[in-house]
Amino acid sequence: MYAQMIKSEATQDDPEKLAAFQARIDAGEKIEPKDWMPEGYRKTLIRQIGQHAHSEIVGQLPEGNWITRAPTLERKAILLAKVQDEAGHGLYLYCAAETLGVTRDELTEMLLDGRMKYSSIFNYPTLNWADMGAVGWLVDGAAIMNQVPLQRTSFGPYSRAMIRICKEESFHQRQGYDVIRKMAEGTPEQKKMAQDALNRLWYPSLMMFGPSDKDSVHSAQSMAWKIKMNTNDELRQKFVDQTVPQAEYLGLTVPDPDLKWNEERGHYDYTDPDWSEFFDVIQGNGPCNTDRLAARNKAWDDGKWVRDGMLAHARKKAARKHAAE
Amino acid sequence: MTRDEAFTQFLLRMGDNTLILGHRVSEWCGHAPVLEEDIALANTALDLIGQTQMWLGLAAELQGEGKSADDLAFLRDAWDFRNVLLVEVPNHDFGRTLMRQFLFDAWHLIQLGRLVKSSDPRVAAIAEKASKEAAYHLERSADTVVSLGDGTEESHRRMQEALDYLWPYAGEMFQSDEVDAEMVKAGIAPDPAALREEYDALVSRVLDEATLTIPESRFAHKGGRTGAMHTEHLGHLLTQMQWLQRAYPGAKW
Amino acid sequence: MKNEWPLWEIFIRGQHGMSHRHVGSLHAPDAEMAIKNARDVYTRRNEGVSIWVVEANNISASSPSDKGPLYEPSESKVYRHPTFFDIPEEVGAM
Repeated sequence: MYAQMIKSEATQDDPEKLAAFQARIDAGEKIEPKDWMPEGYRKTLIRQIGQHAHSEIVGQLPEGNWITRAPTLERKAILLAKVQDEAGHGLYLYCAAETLGVTRDELTEMLLDGRMKYSSIFNYPTLNWADMGAVGWLVDGAAIMNQVPLQRTSFGPYSRAMIRICKEESFHQRQGYDVIRKMAEGTPEQKKMAQDALNRLWYPSLMMFGPSDKDSVHSAQSMAWKIKMNTNDELRQKFVDQTVPQAEYLGLTVPDPDLKWNEERGHYDYTDPDWSEFFDVIQGNGPCNTDRLAARNKAWDDGKWVRDGMLAHARKKAARKHAAE
Repeated sequence: MTRDEAFTQFLLRMGDNTLILGHRVSEWCGHAPVLEEDIALANTALDLIGQTQMWLGLAAELQGEGKSADDLAFLRDAWDFRNVLLVEVPNHDFGRTLMRQFLFDAWHLIQLGRLVKSSDPRVAAIAEKASKEAAYHLERSADTVVSLGDGTEESHRRMQEALDYLWPYAGEMFQSDEVDAEMVKAGIAPDPAALREEYDALVSRVLDEATLTIPESRFAHKGGRTGAMHTEHLGHLLTQMQWLQRAYPGAKW
Repeated sequence: MKNEWPLWEIFIRGQHGMSHRHVGSLHAPDAEMAIKNARDVYTRRNEGVSIWVVEANNISASSPSDKGPLYEPSESKVYRHPTFFDIPEEVGAM
């Protein structure tokens, strides 16, 4: 998921206020920025929305990697529009976080110096054009599993951002499937690219949902607050069940020899990803962590003179206008 | 040179300009100084790619060899490209990118304004759509050039450097040759040289507001719009852009 | 000096004849750039015909504790809502 392993903050507030707050959430009311909220709710949300926003922005990089190599003008336009949407989604989410009393610059700095994380998936490389299909199909597919229920989250600005994001994102997964379908039905080389993409991205996609959270107290608190709507395992199972037939339709093989339909459960049995790899990636040792953060830092550092210059001009203009009045 | 040959050359010039510039601008995606600029640059690139599809689509139709806009974009070699050198120079920093955009947008909008009245209805229709986009591009790039020119000391210095570097590439947009003469004769497109005065007025007004100084030399690099001599940069751009189509001929994407 | 661009609230009228509606926020150095950024960020899918921008710190908001006094009086004025009135079917559309 775009927000993984969010630790919910303990909260030490007046029990009466807490109970009233919980009652509002249980009644399906939305919490708005100026409403009273437990400090733990606020801090957990900043961390979660911030991580979600960072994931959108860092998520521009693996797909941006192919914009200049897109094989047709139409594919180039579609991919560019999609990566642009991700920038937009990051922007909406940063704005939602800002209503909680943190600025975008503060959040950005925490991303850049490693205090805040982004989704593990974006630390994997995109190595052939079919990856543009697989990212849309699998990665966006996994993200949607989480984002659709989050439209009903308890925090108003987050919910509204998710509604807008889901509306815009509806084309992302479809375009991904369309890209990989063309490849799977194409030349032997294209088919090889498609299978290669699925081989590399299958387990990292399953990791997106985070480790099993059945014993996690944080998860329980976040679910009570309605800022986490489903358990990681629920969503992962749903993703597998949805994706396996789609892979079969393409004639591609999911890289899991033990994958099989379980009639009794009504679900696919599948092999869990290698969680030690997941923790390596989270610790900064994924294949692309260093490059991704370096790219974001470079954009931020190189852009400083532009941000400062435009602001300086706006201030000069305002001062001149003021003097003329 | 027949009228149709000249017409095709003209369409390639229009389409290659937007193709190569759109490509350059798209390189910023994910790397811009601030999210709002990232999104705005992507919009510009998307408009330019869309215009490319129309110009090169019409060029391919006119050639009558059963080719598509994609064939022209992805399967020609550097010497067949007809874009001006200005659009192929590397992005360098945000300042040079926006200055290049401004110098191009100013010409583009004036040119499209003339093409709206083209004797060829297909050209007029493309120009009609493209000129609305170009008007916004110009508004945005001109404002940014003014902001950064009249911003901090550093932003001023960088914008002046960008202008000094790019100015010798601006003149090529106004060089006329026999292709243009044919187009003028057919009433399809204006004489490039005839746009210079309006361009100079517009550009000096904006650069003046930006507190930037236009270099005195009127020297102009050339060779892009005729294809005689591109910069070394174009070849590198094409190796990326065309790689998949070249490596896997005939594949459908 | 803090150099973050100010935050702007964006209001867009999606169709002629409708009211402007709050669609979200963004950062911009000044109002002119905020309008341009709003066009690029919030009307990528032809959502708008008119844009208003207001610097976020210029917005005064009611505080949640006012909720009762501000809104409850209108709840009792049900006659303000058209469905309050029964109109005989024979009268036709109204």
